[in-house]
Amino acid sequence: MKVDYIKEEKLLILRITEEIDHHSCEKIKKRADYEIEVHIPKKVIFDFNNVNFMDSSGIGMIIGRYKLVSLFGGKTSLINVKPSIKKIFEMSGILKLIQIEEEIGGTEFEKCI
Amino acid sequence: MKNVYKNQMRLEFSSKSTNENFARIAVAAFATQLDPSLEEIADIKTAVSEAVTNCIIHGYENEEGIIKIECKLFANSIEIEISDNGKGIEDIEKARQALYTSKSNLERSGMGFTIMESFMDELRVESVVGIGTKVTMKKMIKANEVVTENEIKL
Repeated sequence: MKVDYIKEEKLLILRITEEIDHHSCEKIKKRADYEIEVHIPKKVIFDFNNVNFMDSSGIGMIIGRYKLVSLFGGKTSLINVKPSIKKIFEMSGILKLIQIEEEIGGTEFEKCI
Repeated sequence: MKNVYKNQMRLEFSSKSTNENFARIAVAAFATQLDPSLEEIADIKTAVSEAVTNCIIHGYENEEGIIKIECKLFANSIEIEISDNGKGIEDIEKARQALYTSKSNLERSGMGFTIMESFMDELRVESVVGIGTKVTMKKMIKANEVVTENEIKL
């Protein structure tokens, strides 16, 4: 996972770079929780651009981080979600809580892409 | 003649989470012989991943065990049987319900069986407490028919 933190906007971007299953989830959870607890961000974006596979383990993983981020009053969203993965999120109903964003505003964010 | 398959394969591996990736890729590679679409391959990989994860965290509860996969290819479908000799499921109906999980402490979503059911065309779950669980799934491969049609036109 690659991590970017934009201090001015208190925006934490977690770019997942592996397939998401029960095995890889443990590592992703640990790293994400660490970054969230260190930065206490206002917003966390999970970037799925490099994720080509996800099973239902990913649902639990995202809900868990959403709860943690919300605890500190922050928001969680997802970007660059491929159709096969979106299908799984849609089935779970979590998109009522966590949005999939098409584009992200903010010049700072564009700089770091 | 209904049960005549064109090809078959069997896999046996340890119930280690690193093998989740291996299992879904192996089954997907075998299924490519039916010329499935990318979406069908993604569906098969997800369903296999769910079933194998169930064997590891529910069947064997992260203890050492053996997971077996048996695949059969038919003219336009694949049948995948995934089994363990783990602790078994007490109430299959309940386990199959969406959002039900016996392992909420592990952040499991309870969507495993729901995903297998909706991504595959058939799902059968057999289980005996103390003996093990067997999940049988079938997926129709539709892309195959389209290709044949095109070939006829040419």
